[in-house]
Amino acid sequence: MTNTSGDVPAIEFRDVDKRFGDNVVLDGLNFSVPQGQRVTLIGPSGSGKTTILRLLMTLEELSGGLILIDGDPYTHEYKGEKWVAVPEKRRRVVRNRVGMVFQQFNLFPNMTVLENIIESPVHVLGKSKADAIADAERLLEKVGMSEKRDFNTNQLSGGQQQRVAIARALAMDPEILLLDEVTSALDPEIVADVLDVLREIAETTDITMLLVTHEMQFAREVSDRVLMFDKGQIVEEADPETMFTNPTHDRTKEFLKAVLGG
Amino acid sequence: MNNDSIWDWERAWEVLPDLLQGLSVTIQMTVLGMIIASVLGLFIALAMRTPSRWLTTPLKFVVDFIRMTPLLVQLVFVYLLLTWVPGYVVGFVVLGVHYATYMSEVYRAGIEAVPKGQWEAATALNMAKGRTWRAVILPQAIRNTLPGLGNYAISMFKETPFLFAISVTEMYKAGQDYGANTFSYIEALTMVGLLFLAVSYPTSLLVRRMEIRLA
Repeated sequence: MTNTSGDVPAIEFRDVDKRFGDNVVLDGLNFSVPQGQRVTLIGPSGSGKTTILRLLMTLEELSGGLILIDGDPYTHEYKGEKWVAVPEKRRRVVRNRVGMVFQQFNLFPNMTVLENIIESPVHVLGKSKADAIADAERLLEKVGMSEKRDFNTNQLSGGQQQRVAIARALAMDPEILLLDEVTSALDPEIVADVLDVLREIAETTDITMLLVTHEMQFAREVSDRVLMFDKGQIVEEADPETMFTNPTHDRTKEFLKAVLGG
Repeated sequence: MNNDSIWDWERAWEVLPDLLQGLSVTIQMTVLGMIIASVLGLFIALAMRTPSRWLTTPLKFVVDFIRMTPLLVQLVFVYLLLTWVPGYVVGFVVLGVHYATYMSEVYRAGIEAVPKGQWEAATALNMAKGRTWRAVILPQAIRNTLPGLGNYAISMFKETPFLFAISVTEMYKAGQDYGANTFSYIEALTMVGLLFLAVSYPTSLLVRRMEIRLA
């Protein structure tokens, strides 16, 4: 029941709470992302940016509120007056539309590069192995990793692993791609390679993207909207031009000054 | 033949064929026992991870009970209880079950050593739970357990003389029988010890190499 018609947002957070014990990370958060929009989340560490991505990937459970994907209940829903978790079976159907790339790549070391990429297209999407391999080869070409097709993942550098991880996420043909500090674990000279790959994906697809990054220049280039987080709240949102050149909120000014070294 | 001397080379050579036959039984018991220990140990480790207390509480009790009582007592007890089961079957099954309780710990540690990011990547790729276990977690966990498995195999191998108590003619009993017939216990048991060493020492070197390679 995908609802991709015009005005239904790709992602919608409704009154989302997230607590770890007594620590309140998100407190009644509301925001939505239209189909195809690229949104960068910025803010100091501990402000809840990464938690938002992890909630969207169901790596964490909500403490309250709802997340909808294309208007479909994803994590929780109200049944009558009761707030209940969406059963895993239905959650899996919606989760197929969401992909994620991690800071630490998280490739499967017991599989080759190709096996990493075709695993879920074959076993989750039910593609034939031949089709999955053809698609994987196309994606490997796109991320510049064709020659490494049959390598073990531990034979690759960090930047190469991350490019494979991007190909692996794209192989699931996601509508929404979550990028969680994907260049933070990389040596500075390789960061540009990975960003080039992402830039091309941003230009050639209409995937909805949510990025948490410290690469402000990159964020400025690819995003349509920037959300500034502090203490689990959105304190400011704007287009990247405005946000980076003319922020209004004091917290944003302080934060940008600190990260841009201005 | 000089029966007054402490050591008789002739006897030492004469006992060898019996001992080699016993060694073959010892190795069979170890291999069959380790197969049971590896498979059952994995099931115990997986069962202990289920949230159901109805399963984990009694299982933990049984596991602790087996670990806290001597192997020798378990062997004799089961042998006397199940009189219709041949001794060698009791032998490798009891060895296997006893060591399964230890192997389950090795598996538990192996599973826990798989980084959390692997589970998260599997979720991000929307893999089913069963497929995540089979394709991602267990292959890495089992790799982690190989040195532990090797060490327990050596340990089990060295404990097979207990099967003497339930009339399985493994290597130690073969030596004992020879000694009883010829009164050359020293020669027979020295050779038994050397043969144990000849198998377990190279195996332990192999396991150590595996540990280094997997580290």
